[in-house]
Amino acid sequence: MNLTLKVWRQKDAKSTGKMVTYRAENISPDMSFLEMLDVVNESLTLKGDEPIHFDHDCREGICGMCSLYINGRPHGPKKAITTCQLHMRSFHDGETITIEPWRAGPFPVIKDLIVDRSSFDRIQQAGGFVSVNTGGVPDANIIPIPKVIADEAFNSATCIGCGACVAACKNASAMLFVSAKVSQLGMLPQGQPERWSRVQAMVAQMDAEGFGNCTNTGACEAECPKEITLTNISRMNNDFFSAKLFREEGVHENSGGGE
Amino acid sequence: MSLDAKIPQGPLAEKWSKHKFNLKLVNPANKRKYDVIVVGTGLAGASAAASLAELGYNVKAFCFQDSPRRAHSIAAQGGINAAKNYQNDGDSVYRLFYDTIKGGDYRAREGNVYRLAEVSVNIIDQCVAQGVPFAREYGGLLDNRSFGGSQVSRTFYARGQTGQQLLLGAYSALNRQIHKGTVKMYTRTEMLDVVTVDGQAKGIITRNLTTGEIDTHTGHAVLLCTGGYGNVFYLSTNAIGSNVTAAWRAHKRGAFFANPCYTQIHPTCIPVTGDHQSKLTLMSESLRNDGRVWAPKTVEVAEKLRKKEITADQVKEDERDYFLERKYPSFGNLVPRDVASRNAKEMVDEGRGVGGSGFAVFLDFADAIKRLGQEAVAAKYGNLFDMYYQITDEDPYKQPMRIYPAVHYTMGGLWVDYNLSTNVPGLYALGECNFSDHGANRLGASALMQGLADGYFVIPYTLGDYLATIGPKPVDANNPAFAKTKQEVAERINRLLALKGTKTVNEYHRDLGHIMWEYCGMARTEEGLTKAKGLISALRADFWKNALVVGTNEEVNASLEKAGRVADFLELGELMVDDALMRRESCGGHFRLESQTEEGEALRDDDHFAFVGAWEYKGDNQPEVLNKEDLNFEFVHLTQRSYK
Repeated sequence: MNLTLKVWRQKDAKSTGKMVTYRAENISPDMSFLEMLDVVNESLTLKGDEPIHFDHDCREGICGMCSLYINGRPHGPKKAITTCQLHMRSFHDGETITIEPWRAGPFPVIKDLIVDRSSFDRIQQAGGFVSVNTGGVPDANIIPIPKVIADEAFNSATCIGCGACVAACKNASAMLFVSAKVSQLGMLPQGQPERWSRVQAMVAQMDAEGFGNCTNTGACEAECPKEITLTNISRMNNDFFSAKLFREEGVHENSGGGE
Repeated sequence: MSLDAKIPQGPLAEKWSKHKFNLKLVNPANKRKYDVIVVGTGLAGASAAASLAELGYNVKAFCFQDSPRRAHSIAAQGGINAAKNYQNDGDSVYRLFYDTIKGGDYRAREGNVYRLAEVSVNIIDQCVAQGVPFAREYGGLLDNRSFGGSQVSRTFYARGQTGQQLLLGAYSALNRQIHKGTVKMYTRTEMLDVVTVDGQAKGIITRNLTTGEIDTHTGHAVLLCTGGYGNVFYLSTNAIGSNVTAAWRAHKRGAFFANPCYTQIHPTCIPVTGDHQSKLTLMSESLRNDGRVWAPKTVEVAEKLRKKEITADQVKEDERDYFLERKYPSFGNLVPRDVASRNAKEMVDEGRGVGGSGFAVFLDFADAIKRLGQEAVAAKYGNLFDMYYQITDEDPYKQPMRIYPAVHYTMGGLWVDYNLSTNVPGLYALGECNFSDHGANRLGASALMQGLADGYFVIPYTLGDYLATIGPKPVDANNPAFAKTKQEVAERINRLLALKGTKTVNEYHRDLGHIMWEYCGMARTEEGLTKAKGLISALRADFWKNALVVGTNEEVNASLEKAGRVADFLELGELMVDDALMRRESCGGHFRLESQTEEGEALRDDDHFAFVGAWEYKGDNQPEVLNKEDLNFEFVHLTQRSYK
């Protein structure tokens, strides 16, 4: 296959970027999208040009490091996969492919297609945990958890933190991402003691990072490579309002929660 | 140099508890006066950083990814072992210990492995308390499955994403400490050297992967939790960024590198399709619970399959050879990884391989789907089946998976004693980065166990002993060793950037991988290894003349990052070959064709090789010196491993 690529190039956070056109030649349909970019980068390198920089690591769809806005969609045209699992057989010979970084204020570009997603880490740091120290915990089987609850918590916990939900959203909302962790811990007995403070702290940090609100479009759910559902957002809203209306007095000042 | 592993005396079951009592403690008020550097934030690193910070130490943690949650532990699929005996099927700490020693082909320390089995039960408790959503039964209790090399069900799992769930648990514990300010996290930061002062590790040199800035960091101790070196083979199941640089730099500063030739080739991976391929994808060992491995009985049938004249389902039952079930009736498809891999290779060597290239055998779920229904199979392995479909464009619910062995894990690593200390005081190695617990072959679902055991339950005790000994006096950042090491790092970067040859770094990496796979892979010979040594040495020399590195230091520069890592792999590769040459026996994943039983199994030579081979760096282009740590088996009787 031969393809035309239109790629966002940007030297660093301070520089102005632009779209640059490249040819990708002799591409096998069995290559992954990132392997196709590897081929282009090898040829750029041999010419002494700077390769196109993009984030990637595990290349098996689980680390959440790869991103890319491909032809206007996060992780490209196929449902429920990351860019590294997208294969060139999903494109046709002669096609022009547009590749951009995630576009959102809280995800500033670092270089080319690489963006800074540390805002996601800061949201998790604000409350995405159960406050237990190592050691001194009870036996793992002491609290039975209904299988349906455990399975549903697992479904929420499969979020890979890639940021596709934010990239897909016209408001650059991170509600799907935040609600996945809030739901996982909110459903499990281990997460109950901090359930109300957690949701407030995480939402406060999400707001402080500059992510937008949810207007129920559902683009995040449609584009999520792990198929995290909008139900999570409902659960988070429910917990957030419960916390605000009935339980805010239990929250320490330093764990967020301000309106 | 004599190597003292510092294994405590006494009965197996009492060693660890006695040792814990004998270790010195740091009083709570003094802990905050100590700085501890943790490099790598996978299971070992994240759990260690969080646990040490909880105790009160000041922790600085580093990872090269954009977030600690990306570390490659995240990709572990199948599960984590623990001797809980929840299934009432005869498991015990002693049985997990015994299975692990035997699975490792009697090349691991009894003391370490027993401790690992002992703390395995605490790990599951810890993870559940953190909110890790393990698979459960309808009654609400935890579910288990079986893994290779054992006849009990002791593997805890979260669908095919156990590593992800465990890492996110450790990441959440780490996040809690970052939020409290007890851990300072440095992301997109790569460690490029260890600083030693008077022979003790006192800090590290890092490069900021965004700005190129070279920084020094001081610490009373340095913990390397930087994973394995499987990417020396170019194609492996490791992440693209996984590398040996931190461990290798430590090695060149004096830390011994133990058993580098012990590499694990995992039997069930998606076969290679072409030269463009950048990595290989594992299909979890858990699939062998329900999948049956087979190859056609005859070359003729295999030939027809390769030419796509027939499909797998058209091969009649009596034309199929379920070779693992046939040869190993008691363990069947659940033999250990090294055994399963070698048998798959044997089928291919006999011309009975399938798939376009002939380098594959089948992993068939037809029986399981008939027995349990597609829905039940999907519930257990759904994400793996989806992944297989994405990559191959073939539906494993309808036709068997094609699988072939691929490099997956490295049992070798930095030599450590019972306290996880390298021979350089103050420098520790945890998780896959060290060599300690898996001998010559790791059993499935034991890597997650070891990473978390080291981080949650071993280092918090053993590190205190060292810190109490050296005292809380601040590390002097003005010691000339820091400036000197930083200067050396900067010079090396400049040397790499000055390479303006004609061959990309990636091509060198691929060439190295071909050599390693061909001569230091699943089957090794004196002749092949000798040849490989020459080839690697020539490739390395060529690299430093003819490689092409673009860009500058003061920016994000993937070309430079990769060049540094490949340069280290080119040195490590030769040491692996030296180690494989030295070890004139077969054991576990190290298979010397000259040393096999009549049935083609690995034949050990306990009289001459029951030792850990720990290599000592002696300077550029100098042969490394072998130090031996004898393995003494007091409790387990050494036998020819049998899974029949």
